[in-house]
Amino acid sequence: MTKTLVAVILMAVVTYIPRVFPIALYRRRIESRFFKSFLYYIPFAVLGAMTFPGILDSTSDFYSSLVGMMVALILAYFEQGLMKVALGAVLAVYLCELWF
Amino acid sequence: MKQQSMKKTQLNWSDFNRGIKQGIPIALGYIPVSFTFGLKAVNGGIPVWIAILISLTNLTSAGQFAGAGLIIAGASLFEITLTTFVINIRYMLMSLSLSQKITRMPLYKKCVMAFGITDETFAVASLGKTEVSFAYMMGLITCPYWGWALGTVLGAVTTSLLSEKLQSSMGIALYAMFIALFVPASKKSKAALVVVIVAVSLSSVLKWAPYLNKISSGWSIIIATIIASTIGAVLFPRKEDNFD
Repeated sequence: MTKTLVAVILMAVVTYIPRVFPIALYRRRIESRFFKSFLYYIPFAVLGAMTFPGILDSTSDFYSSLVGMMVALILAYFEQGLMKVALGAVLAVYLCELWF
Repeated sequence: MKQQSMKKTQLNWSDFNRGIKQGIPIALGYIPVSFTFGLKAVNGGIPVWIAILISLTNLTSAGQFAGAGLIIAGASLFEITLTTFVINIRYMLMSLSLSQKITRMPLYKKCVMAFGITDETFAVASLGKTEVSFAYMMGLITCPYWGWALGTVLGAVTTSLLSEKLQSSMGIALYAMFIALFVPASKKSKAALVVVIVAVSLSSVLKWAPYLNKISSGWSIIIATIIASTIGAVLFPRKEDNFD
């Protein structure tokens, strides 16, 4: 139990450090147009990289994950909001796993 | 300088409320994801209160899932810490990106709001058209923080009530939420779309290509992110100081 608790504390620390250091220590405005653009594109890049191919392993079946992904893409394309997209994808995967 | 910050100790409620409003959909999206986390953690043998403690102190998706999995597998503290850290290095990029968009504020406020940087709060804050103030960020992270905790509690206490199929289906919720964040933005901007496609292609190569597939998923995300953003910056440099 002590080890688990220590593990949780260490996890919390190494999760907080990368969040806090850059924003706390870097005070200057970046002037370089290139670097500014680079930082602007970070959210798109990181979300894309985290989503695919990770999403294919997110459920117990590859094909139902694929279907869930398509449903999420369609709902997101029509700008349905986080909750609807998340639940829609879960439901699609669940129906796939029930039927096949 | 000192006087200026003294005057600003009063919370800007309109910013705070705007943050709260934008945080609600994130919180709702978090519930199925943290529900899954609570479920998996407790099913794996982690006590309910520890699962909740992890959510309250870590507030992160991928890192928590990996960390809890390693705890369950009986991994060493070193491995748990290192893996979690590698998965979370991406936050440095987000934190640096956000440092360019925040209003002037004292150090302690930066330290407080940094805790609430997640993939989703970062995406919403940085895709917004205005500067990010302390009050806005605190509003933005409030509901997701408690939503994340609430989902964990529900998942941790429900465990065996849900069928295995439903439990497995919920694993996609986190990724669906990512999709909900980048697809609408990529629809409006060709540059964003290109960056997303490059990032997705790179992370696929890093997952499947021989030799490259030995790189851990945490590093893959960082490598893909840096290269895709660099390509975006080269092909589509931004005009001065526009946040939109």
